[in-house]
Amino acid sequence: MPTITLAQALNEALRHSMRKDPRVIVLGEDVGRLGGVFRITDKLQQEFGEDRVLDTPLAESGIVGASVGLAIYGFKPVAEMQFDGFTYPAFEEIVSHCAKFRSRTRGILPLPIVIRIPYGGGIGAVEHHSESPEAYFAHTAGLKVVSPSNPADAFSLLVESIEDPDPVIFLEPKRRYWIRAEVDLPVANGLPLGRARVAREGTDATIITYGPCVRTAEEAAEEAAADGVSCEVIDLRSLVPLDLETVKASVRKTGRAVVVHEAQVTGGFGAELAARIMEDDFLSLQAPVLRVGGYDIPYPPAKLEDLYLPDLDRVLDAVDAVLNY
Amino acid sequence: MKGVVDPGSLPTEAVQILTPDGTIAPDADRAIDLKEEDLREIYRLMVLTRRCDEESTNLQRQGELGVYCPCLGQEAAQIGSAYALEPTDWIFPSYRELGPALLRGIDPADILHMFRGTWHGGTWDFRKHRFAPYCVPVGTQPLHAAGFGIAAKLDRSDVVVIVYFGDGATSEGDFHEGCNFAGVWRAPVVFFCQNNQYAISLPTARQTAAPTIASKALGYGFPGVRVDGNDVLAVHAVTKEAVRRAREGGGPTLIEAMTFRMGPHSTADDPTRYRGAEEVESWKRLDPIHRFAAYLERESLLTGDFVARCAGEADEAAARLREAIVGAGPPPAEQLFEHVYAVRPPVLERQLERLRRLQARGGEG
Repeated sequence: MPTITLAQALNEALRHSMRKDPRVIVLGEDVGRLGGVFRITDKLQQEFGEDRVLDTPLAESGIVGASVGLAIYGFKPVAEMQFDGFTYPAFEEIVSHCAKFRSRTRGILPLPIVIRIPYGGGIGAVEHHSESPEAYFAHTAGLKVVSPSNPADAFSLLVESIEDPDPVIFLEPKRRYWIRAEVDLPVANGLPLGRARVAREGTDATIITYGPCVRTAEEAAEEAAADGVSCEVIDLRSLVPLDLETVKASVRKTGRAVVVHEAQVTGGFGAELAARIMEDDFLSLQAPVLRVGGYDIPYPPAKLEDLYLPDLDRVLDAVDAVLNY
Repeated sequence: MKGVVDPGSLPTEAVQILTPDGTIAPDADRAIDLKEEDLREIYRLMVLTRRCDEESTNLQRQGELGVYCPCLGQEAAQIGSAYALEPTDWIFPSYRELGPALLRGIDPADILHMFRGTWHGGTWDFRKHRFAPYCVPVGTQPLHAAGFGIAAKLDRSDVVVIVYFGDGATSEGDFHEGCNFAGVWRAPVVFFCQNNQYAISLPTARQTAAPTIASKALGYGFPGVRVDGNDVLAVHAVTKEAVRRAREGGGPTLIEAMTFRMGPHSTADDPTRYRGAEEVESWKRLDPIHRFAAYLERESLLTGDFVARCAGEADEAAARLREAIVGAGPPPAEQLFEHVYAVRPPVLERQLERLRRLQARGGEG
């Protein structure tokens, strides 16, 4: 089996989808000739031409707003936001239009748009390049929010997101773009969008996470195992729809849950998970659900980002706390 | 001087065919490219628009609508432009385009459901009428039109798209991005600005320092034209040119139709707080329907019979509109959960069950 990076898997997913469906088009800043700043659209314009891989002017709202029109016409746009922090100019088009069109037109004009966003920190970037905006989108009815953690899921989730009839915010964990795995393409029988994955089985505590922090959680679980603590790791894969059943089944087994994400904890998706677990499974909890996430500060400069990002110590500290409650 | 662009050198006069008294303007440089039956049809649509608009305002005043945004005074701008399209072309409205909607055969009740609060966006069949939902976030729809136009171009279709917006919308970033995108792709888009002089309370002079809104087109590399928006023949002529250019691959045009919102921004607005009676009176003398009627009369195209028939038909439409709207209830609450996603996710299933349980108890709705 060939070894590929998460970035290559995304590139293959786009190629696969474009070969399969002529309505799929890619648009964004520098996605054509350059192949994107992270090379996720590498060589797509060479294969599919300038009419299917569109280098746009530098305008994020324009990219998403034009995607709305392209989708109304009948195309399936896959729009790239160059970085998480530059998604904000497109916020109105995403929230007021992409998310609401199906509902307000009673299903007559659904918008099958995928908005790809490289997100999260950990690459030593300059400010505005390390944001985790998932909670804004998960909070917005009408959007799906997806984040892969490994090359195989990167391929299958992106293919499925493009096939999905609803707008999908596709969050790519940029510091994991270069992780490698053996993947047989095309991934034929991956879990469907909306299903979580048990990344590691365990019995003492459940670590629930997604995107870039899955790797962190797996490493923490490895460390914990050395101390005789068995952690289960749940990779959500999609925040909306949320596979609460898989989460609950794990928490019922372990009685303890820690949620991990890079985003600031206040109002973060971890708060939603904690609330949902408590609403449904209060009596199976042996300890409060704890959150490990960014501090409630703007994302720090690169030289201090290690303090901000959840690392093994912080995850294990929380695991200790739920075990010793 | 080399390299200097001078806004003072740009023309500010509007294209005109009919003077306010309905005679052909001495400097009119565009022919009237309309058959007699088209001229009558345009008159009929203008009268129908005004009557349905008036009825809508009345319905709001009587408590049947939460709010309404009247187009009184803008009938020439709306009908003259939309009449220049083929039925296969697409229209992207803001929230004041009753005229183009009626021209496309949309039942005005399907618009008023939005203002009554029975459903968002309008309830017509958007694909059948090729008329996008009403767009409330000001100035965002030019981008949708640009995207649609780019799509038509990529698809090598001969469909043209027109997008309506007001003077205020031209200050929004998405207007700029929409024009810029359409310009770069030379997309078949007609950007149609109804400059009705006020964005709620703000006069156009405070909206932009540009000599005209039409002149902004230069920045996007396509033509702009300012037209007398109360002159239906001039509006039709310049729009027809823009549509033809778009269809032939010549790219977008920005049209600025100089008109006046005779009523409030919305029924919740009080225009006496920001504009004088004198200004309103001066525009009243430029009334687009009176002007066009005077021209048709002079050309012996407007018989008393026809005028009465148009008025009668408009009254009937208004009565039907009233009947459809008065007391109209919302759809069942379950419909709120129906189209959020193609398939209801578990969380919505759950919330819907809770709603049903409370409803069964008589608790809600």
